[in-house]
Parts: sequence; C-alpha cells; structure tokens
Amino acid sequence: MNIEKNKLLMMFFLASESMFFIVLILTYAYYRSTAAVGFESTGGPTALTSLNPIRTGIFTLILILSSFTVWLGVKSLKSKRHSMLCFWLFITIVLGALFLYGQGTEWWGMIKQDITISRDLFGTTFYTLTGFHGFHVTVGLIMLLILFGLALAGDFRGPKSAGIESISLYWHFVDVVWIVVYSVIYLWAVL
Amino acid sequence: MSRIPWVPETTEPLPRVGESEGLLTWAASVDHKQIGIMYFIAALSFFCIGGLEALLMRIQLSRPDNNFIDPELFNQLFTMHGTTMVFLVIMPFLIGLGVYLIPLMIGARDMAFPRLNALSFWVVVFGGLLLYYPFITQSGATDVGWFAYTPLSEKPYSLNNGPTYWALALLCTGIGSVASGINNIITIITLRAPGMTMRRIPLFVWLLLVTSFLLAFAIPILNAGLVTLLLDRILEANFFAPSSGGSAILWQNVFWGFGHPEVYILVLPAFAIICEVIPVFSRQPIFGYGFMVGSAIAIGLLAFGVWGHHMFAVGLGVPFNTYFSLASMLIAVPTGVKIFTWIATMWGGKIYFATAMMFATAFVIEFVIGGLSGVAFAAAPLTWQLTDSYFVVAHIHYVLFGGSMFAIFAGIYYWFPKWTGRMLSERIGKCHFWLMLIGFNLTFLFQHMVGLLGMPRRVYTYPDLPSWNWLNLLSTIGACVLGFSVLIFIFNIFFSLRKGKIAGNNPWNAWTLEWLAASPPPVHNFDEVPRIHSARPLWDLAHPDMPDEPESFNTGVTR
Repeated sequence: MNIEKNKLLMMFFLASESMFFIVLILTYAYYRSTAAVGFESTGGPTALTSLNPIRTGIFTLILILSSFTVWLGVKSLKSKRHSMLCFWLFITIVLGALFLYGQGTEWWGMIKQDITISRDLFGTTFYTLTGFHGFHVTVGLIMLLILFGLALAGDFRGPKSAGIESISLYWHFVDVVWIVVYSVIYLWAVL
Repeated sequence: MSRIPWVPETTEPLPRVGESEGLLTWAASVDHKQIGIMYFIAALSFFCIGGLEALLMRIQLSRPDNNFIDPELFNQLFTMHGTTMVFLVIMPFLIGLGVYLIPLMIGARDMAFPRLNALSFWVVVFGGLLLYYPFITQSGATDVGWFAYTPLSEKPYSLNNGPTYWALALLCTGIGSVASGINNIITIITLRAPGMTMRRIPLFVWLLLVTSFLLAFAIPILNAGLVTLLLDRILEANFFAPSSGGSAILWQNVFWGFGHPEVYILVLPAFAIICEVIPVFSRQPIFGYGFMVGSAIAIGLLAFGVWGHHMFAVGLGVPFNTYFSLASMLIAVPTGVKIFTWIATMWGGKIYFATAMMFATAFVIEFVIGGLSGVAFAAAPLTWQLTDSYFVVAHIHYVLFGGSMFAIFAGIYYWFPKWTGRMLSERIGKCHFWLMLIGFNLTFLFQHMVGLLGMPRRVYTYPDLPSWNWLNLLSTIGACVLGFSVLIFIFNIFFSLRKGKIAGNNPWNAWTLEWLAASPPPVHNFDEVPRIHSARPLWDLAHPDMPDEPESFNTGVTR
C-alpha cells in the first residue's frame, strides 16, 4: 500500500467516529419522528420554534468555508509555499472559532429561554448532537492551533506532511458531520 | 591554544534504560510483546476475580432458600461477573494475543503505532479499575446486569454510583478497543514482510483483521449509548426515561446493535487460535483457507444485522421477529463452514494430542453444543419460552467458556513456549484440561435442564422445587471443580516458568513466521525475515525441495 500510515489511521478513526455520530443522529431522528413521543406532542419547544435556521445557516457556510481554506492550506503545503500555509491555517482557525462562537451564542440564548438538556426530549437530543459536534470542532481547533504554532516555528516546509494532511481530513469530516446535523435538525424543522 | 570545553567530558556512562530495569520498563514499554504479556497478566487477574464472583454465586445457589449472600450483593456479583468476563477477561486476552502475535506472524518489528498500542492497554486497565472502584466504596458496584437495561439503570431507579462508574469504565475499555482495532488493521495492511500477500498471511491474522473491523465499527455504537446513558444519569437528560417521553427500548437497540457484533469480537479470535492449533497438531495444512476467510467476513457482515434476536421478548412485531430470526439462522451457515473445515483438517491427519490440541478439540465440541442452542434461540417462539431462564445462562457459557475460553487455553498452551522460552508442563496441563472439561460440563450442562424446568436467571435464591435442588447442587460442584482446575493452571504457569522444558524456537514444528524468531523473541523480533513464498514460510524453509505452491489458495499441499 502506498498510502501513508498516519493518514490511514485518521481515515479509519473517522470511519469509526461516523458510527458514533450515526447513532446520535438516528436517536434524534427517532424522537423527532415518533408521533407518540415526538417533540410537537409535548407542547414544549421544538426545532421550529426555538431555532433560527438562517442565522445558523450563515455559521454553517462559515464552517464549509473553513473546510475550503484548510484545503488551500494543504495545496500550499504541496507547492511548498510556507507562508501561504501559515496564512490559510490561521484563516481556518479564525473561521472555526467563529463557528464555535455562533454555536455558543445560540446555546446561551436557548438556555436563557430555559431550554436545557434536561427540559425535554428536544433539549436532550439537540444539545447532545450539537454538543458532541461542537466538542469535535474544539478538538480540531486545538490540533489546528498546534499545527499553526509548529508552522510558525518553521515546520511543514512541504511538499508532504502527515500531520497537516491528517488533521485536514479530520476537519473535513467535522464539516461533513455538521452538514448532516444541520440538515437533520434545522432544515428538517422548516420543511 | 586548544579550546577548553566548558563542560568536561563525563566518564560516567549514560543511565541505561535496558531490559533489566525491572517494572519501569514494563510500565513505560511500547514493545508489542511486553504489552501483549501485560494484557495476559491483566486478563488473568480479572479472570480470577470474575471466577471468584461466579463461585460465590454458585455457593449461594447450591441449595434452596440459602442465605449465604444477600440479594443486593448477589445482584452486584452477577453484574460484575458478566461485565468483567466480557470486557476485562476475554477481550483483553484476545486483543493481547493479537498484539503479541500479529507483528510476529507478518514479519514486522512492531505494531504500526506502538505508543497507541500502549495507550490502548493502559486505558483498558484504567477502565477495569474504574469498574471495581465503587465495589470498595459504600455505594456498591453496579447491580443492573451487564447490559444495564434502562430504565433500571437510570438515576431514579439506581441512585448509587455503580452504573455511572460502569458506563465510564466501559467507555474507557471501548476507547482502548477501538484504538487497538484500528492499530491492528493498519499493521496488517502496511507492515507485512516482503512477499507476504493477503493470500499468504496466517488465518489467525485474517480472522483478527475481521475482528478489528468489528472493533472499529461496533464499539462506537456502545460508546454512543454509554455517553447518552451518562448524560441521563449525570445531567438529567431524557434519552431513556419513559416518564419524560424517552424510550427504554432505544437503549436495547443501541446496546445490542453493539452487543451482537461483540459476540463475534469474542469468538472470531477464538476461531483464529483454533485455525492455528488444529493444522499444526494434525500435521496437515488447513483444509479450506479461502472458505475460512470468506466465512469470517460473512460472519462479520451478518453480525451487524441480527441484534434484534436479543429482543424477541420485547414484542418487536411479526415482520421484525421474522427478519431477525432468519438473519440469525443464516449465521449458522458460515459458522458451520468453519466447523467442517476444522474437522476436515483433522480428517486423515496424524493427530498429536498435546494439551493445546486437546483444548482445541474440546472447543470444537463445546462450541457446537453452544452453537446448536444458539440456532434454536434464533426462533422467536423458543426465545419467548426460554428467555431469562438458566437455559440462556447455559447457552452463553457454552459459547463463551466452552468456546472462547477453551480456545484461549489452547492458545496459551500453544504459544507459551514462544512467550517465555519454556514449555508448559504437559502432565499438569492434561490434569488441568480434564478437570476443566469435567467441571465445565458439570456446571453448565445441567443448567440447560434447570432452565427448561423454568428456573429464572439472576435470582439470588429459589424455592425447593422438584429437581431444582440437585441440579443446582451438581452445578455448584462443577463450578468448584472448574475453580480448582484454574488453580492448577496457575500453578502450572509458575511451575513451568521455573522448571519447564526449554522450548527452542519451534517446539511444535509449526509453519507460521512467529516460530522463526527466538523464544522469547528479541526486542527486534527477527534478525532477518525470509522472502515469503506461501502461507507456510517455515515449511518452505525446512523443505526447499518441495515448497508449497505459491499462489494456491488452499495453501497448496498435495494430500
């Protein structure tokens, strides 16, 4: 096999992670769709009444954009443009942090309206799903910060780096998971 | 003027971290062989603890209306026994075997990620300690059964901390298992010796590869279930709380969605051991290499589609029951292929009954018994009749003890010379084997009957009903014999470590690459790995005039 073993490790790890998210997403979908215990029937808050799909949509676009910038970073690595790599890593971190900011303010607003994880099934499934995704974004940001620091210190002169390429895979995965989560929670609510 | 160095040259040699530095080299080791041995030690320790728990339960059940153990402790004992044996004994034993043997069998220096390997091990050990921690505190260990059905395991019904620690512990062992699964996969894909194609790796490695895929894709399902259960217990979320609309059945779906692949995580590596032991002691290559690999992959795939057969009593409805019944029965086909392949391998061979081979042969027989009751359980109506009875207990012990544990003992007798350089005593080994065989069957065979008579599992005592009395007493006597045989086994280990015969590189005249290395193998495993031309590299080395056919899928020996 020609593939680099660290990248392979990341791929299998992400495949394994996707099983984890599939269970959480199915759990959300199950409670969302089961009429007997569905969110609407309890009269409590729902995705439709308490979420703003347009505002979160903008933050979704920001996360997708960050996936694009980390891809540009890997491209700069391959063409050995070190300063461009540093730049794109920095932009990715900023965009990722912006996304987390968006999610944080959204959570804060909901908690102020007394929509918490223990209030009802919507709260439980919503916070769990977005929370575990947010946790993965946070871990990704920490790894990107480490890469950025190492890059500033002079590492990653290219054209190859298992670290950069693996973490960018991870970042794309976090992005894809969010697209699914956004579709299931926010878009399914307004459809 | 010559430059005077500011720091004078030291005459003291550097502090050496060598092989003789004692415990620290073990704790800090990233060597796959040391980690493998530590897995065995950990698993054997937990095996003794789990066995002791079982013995206490059997003593309590030896006669009706017994008061030896109170019901609360009894609930803790069967929960801890099940959890310990599954997650801290069989899994670490089998994963440890893989960690020790995979690099040797494919001619590698170490695993692909040695430090990740060490992390996996220590996380599992930490999980074990977490599981047992509440045992020594006032709250008591978890007492909700090893599958922790909701809502019993929810906070309102189990206020003690046991289930919380249980979930945290399994999360730890789960993370370790995923990591070692992925590590195995990448090791097997990237580190094979020159010439060792995927059609030439030993069957042990193939079956561990399938197991590793199950680890990587089934354990995250449990992890997701565990974190949701933890959220329920700690943050008062509502996933499995029926009072606020949650679904208790969802937990069962998630748990068995993991739990059925887990069954094959526990038994495929056992198959892997048997695939190595039987050919060597029958002096014939495995009958159908391709069939063995294909059936293992089939089992691995089917494993994800049959979880519902653990839930027939829930009332899933006729369509689901029918599907899960049929799908579960389908698994008997690839499993049967394996059984017949082993028998065909022994057929006409020159069978040498070393202790390892005796355990392997017993494995085939006991596993078939467990498998037959398993196929019977695939029929939903039979499950309705027998669910939660001692028949289930008998079934699971025939597949997990008569299956996995017998195979593990076969593996230990087979590879002990490689790990230590000394043979385990065959005389004590045969004593161990016969006592264990008798004790095991005495314990569990009669549990089929007492289950059919209607005795429920997980009750701390029972009334004096006809036949229950002596059937349970026989079971308890069997358990004591079983416990005694384990003591003999442990004595054998300590005896043979000091006085065992020196093994040499290849005491069994085996054909796979691990027997090329010294016993025990040096840190770097091999001085030189020969180019691999077939599935039996040591046969080729020993018989250069008649090597195996290189691309023959059936390991190519003329019979």
